[in-house]
Amino acid sequence: MELVLQTASYILVVLLFLCLYRAVVGPSVPDRVAAINLVGTKTVTMLVFVALATDQLFFFDIALVYALISFLMTVGMAKYFETGNLG
Amino acid sequence: MLQSAMDAAAVVFVTAGVFFFIVSTVGLLRLPDVYTRLHATSKADTLGAGLCLIGAILHLGWTLTSIKLLLVVVFIWVTSPTAAHLIGKAAYRARVRPACGEFAIFDVREEEDS
Repeated sequence: MELVLQTASYILVVLLFLCLYRAVVGPSVPDRVAAINLVGTKTVTMLVFVALATDQLFFFDIALVYALISFLMTVGMAKYFETGNLG
Repeated sequence: MLQSAMDAAAVVFVTAGVFFFIVSTVGLLRLPDVYTRLHATSKADTLGAGLCLIGAILHLGWTLTSIKLLLVVVFIWVTSPTAAHLIGKAAYRARVRPACGEFAIFDVREEEDS
């Protein structure tokens, strides 16, 4: 099981850097926001895998808070792109 | 016996989740415009992360921390379609054009104002 978790984490790191390509190059702003949203989801999954592989279960709290902050970032970016302010 | 069966199921779930992550990253890199890319990334959020975290829950078994993980899964399932919808709505209202076909200009804001 630990081998599977480690391999999955390595694959997710590679995929995360591939997503950063779209976040840097992406022609429009919603492309970048979607790419960073996917990076946040992969980070949550990787946090859970690292917590299970190293047996440090308090990382689950960090994963929950990271998911919340990632969602807030996406909502804020979408609203700022749509209306031009955050009011 | 039960623990090894649950571990085998966890391996299957984690592998399927990583597969969906790979597919959606290929979609994010290869698809032509922002709407189709949003279609690819929302699959990764619901299926990829959901299957990976359900595999983690099966590996943990019935403990209090697995209920916390179930909370993370439910939170991701609620918020990520909402986030994809918000990004798509913002792109549509900012007139981001799709790669092919007509862009039907239907101003939702004027509709709301009148």
